[in-house]
Amino acid sequence: MQRRVIFDDKLLPYLLLFPQVAVTLVFFIWPALQAVWQSTQLQDVFGLSTQFVWFENYTAVLTDPGYVGSIRVTAIFAASVTGLSMGLALLFAVMADANIRGREAYQALLIWPYALAPAVAAVLWLFIFHPQIGMVGRTLNQAGVPWDYKLNNGQALSLVILASAWKQVSYNFIFFLAALQSIPKSVIEAAAIDGAGPRRRFFTIQFPLIAPTSFFLLIVNVTYAFFDTFGVIHALTQGGPGTATSTLIYNVYKAGMVAQDLGGSAAQSVILMAFVIALTAVQFRFVERRVHYG
Amino acid sequence: MATIDIRSVRKSYAQTEVIKGIDCAIADGEFLVMLGPSGCGKSTLLRMVAGLEPITKGEIAIGGRVVNDLEPKDRNIAMVFQNYALYPHMSVYENMAYGLKIKGMPKAEIDAAVKEAARILELGPFLDRKPRQLSGGQRQRVAMGRAIVRKPQVFLFDEPLSNLDAKLRTQMRVEIKRLQSQLAVTSLYVTHDQVEAMTLADRIMVMNAGVAEQVGTPLEVYRRPASTFVAGFIGAPAMNFMPGRMGADGRSVGVDGGLSFTLAEGAAAAGRPVTLGVRPEHLHPANEIPDATTIALRVELVEALGADTVVHGRIEGTSGPILARLPGTARVAIGDVLPLAPAPGELHLFDAETGRRMAA
Ligand SMILES: Nc1ncnc2c1ncn2[C@@H]1O[C@H](COP(=O)(O)OP(=O)(O)O)[C@@H](O)[C@H]1O
Ligand SMILES: [Mg+2]
Repeated sequence: MQRRVIFDDKLLPYLLLFPQVAVTLVFFIWPALQAVWQSTQLQDVFGLSTQFVWFENYTAVLTDPGYVGSIRVTAIFAASVTGLSMGLALLFAVMADANIRGREAYQALLIWPYALAPAVAAVLWLFIFHPQIGMVGRTLNQAGVPWDYKLNNGQALSLVILASAWKQVSYNFIFFLAALQSIPKSVIEAAAIDGAGPRRRFFTIQFPLIAPTSFFLLIVNVTYAFFDTFGVIHALTQGGPGTATSTLIYNVYKAGMVAQDLGGSAAQSVILMAFVIALTAVQFRFVERRVHYG
Repeated sequence: MATIDIRSVRKSYAQTEVIKGIDCAIADGEFLVMLGPSGCGKSTLLRMVAGLEPITKGEIAIGGRVVNDLEPKDRNIAMVFQNYALYPHMSVYENMAYGLKIKGMPKAEIDAAVKEAARILELGPFLDRKPRQLSGGQRQRVAMGRAIVRKPQVFLFDEPLSNLDAKLRTQMRVEIKRLQSQLAVTSLYVTHDQVEAMTLADRIMVMNAGVAEQVGTPLEVYRRPASTFVAGFIGAPAMNFMPGRMGADGRSVGVDGGLSFTLAEGAAAAGRPVTLGVRPEHLHPANEIPDATTIALRVELVEALGADTVVHGRIEGTSGPILARLPGTARVAIGDVLPLAPAPGELHLFDAETGRRMAA
């Protein structure tokens, strides 16, 4: 093997690393530090004067009953989105794994939603569930079921949960299907010969064997529900009615962009950031120790 | 205990027929080995007996009961897979206990059965380990253990030894034979290894391209191969074939190159194109066999294997190579012309067109 060094040996590694480091610094580290700095500042409404207030913004945020309510909404929202999207994806994956005819088409169709931008997905759902112009919404109202997600808190939350979960099903489906297909067929056949029916095979063989994937997806989905669902919520309900669909991430936006409370908004986003870091740490620890079977 | 009846069984995948009508009756407690080259349909046939593949046509009965429409779990069988197919997330103990638990056997009985199997297979120290912590040979034993604890009517083996190294394979082969004769469970065993087949089988089914060419005891398939395929597949080095024609007397065969061999018994119409076969181990120095046609073999290659010396050569005026297996003491050099003759009664005659055995 031949190694030719064209550039100066000492400079080259830095040169190669530079773009990546630059992007990270400019787009991640710098804004993050700015947010931390911002969160210790108190700015008047017109942005004329700024004052260093230590952790005042944090105390304000954490004692605000609206924020505590938003934690509750987020918890319900994240748990439902994760449960629904993972549950449905697993169901579809199990069917695709067993299914024979038209399997490619079925799989391709299931993957499409993932290719949609969140706002576009939200508009689709809006067109379906809008109380006056939506197909389902109108039908419900005509059938005497009062449906208006713009007035009804429960309906609003259900709709954003449904739309958010729907978008994530594809992603989960791919991972679940890959995990299911990586189980040797003979292991499942051995279980069938050992007397296990399909249900029992699923719960005693397949499900335990895809546990590492499920755990990975759990982390990814919770992260998604927390952070990547802004677009869906914004397009469908704008956090309303009232604060019924104001999740933590939506609150950051409302505090900063609507209420112009930059310090409070920054404090909220730092809290969220701490949460992502904790979640990512858990995920990395897990991926490193990932159970290898066989 | 159970018999297995395979009646006119066929199997097609889409348009391709891979099992083309196989009949075989396997006696209670018999060890039948299905032997054939890769892709001939051995696994497919075995999997139809297991219930893992639907039967396209025909019938399979286990213990007199037609099982075509029964799920694998209702056939009372156990199967050992080539890759062992152990449950990766379960301990050795749990692997063996899995089927018994499903049956609803009481815990104490399960424990006794698993411990007994572990004792027989010397798996005692490994009961708490996961499959990934075991060597190939140990995994193989666990797969066997999982099969025997269930006390099935039928054992099915799909190339269970082909992932093991040569030494372990020999050892496990002996073990399987011992276990099977102890338990006296009807067994179907798939392999492409003729040594495994010859040593394990009560009877061998030699398969070729979805057809059972011959079913017989190891000695029958060796001594009276039913077709050129079987003759060429069983025995190493493979049987020599010489194309020829029946002589006018209907008892002798003239082969290409001008030699004529006389058969022990009359066989076919004069002038019929035939294939004459003789095994390398049945060619002896001509002076040891009186009154036989002598083959003058020009030696091209000599393989000294110690106990035997395998000589590759050609008969003057013919194209096909001829192999002879001589005692290890034979002194042979490349370029020698060896006078050899077939042992009496060791010539095989096949129809040149169909490849089927004619006589001799
Ligand atoms: N699921 C399948 N679909 C299509 N063809 C198959 C399938 N399984 C096996 N075959 C074909 O059937 C033939 C026999 O296969 P198999 O029984 O596995 O052979 P063997 O075990 O003797 O090596 C092969 O030609 C193989 O390609
Ligand atoms: Mg096979």
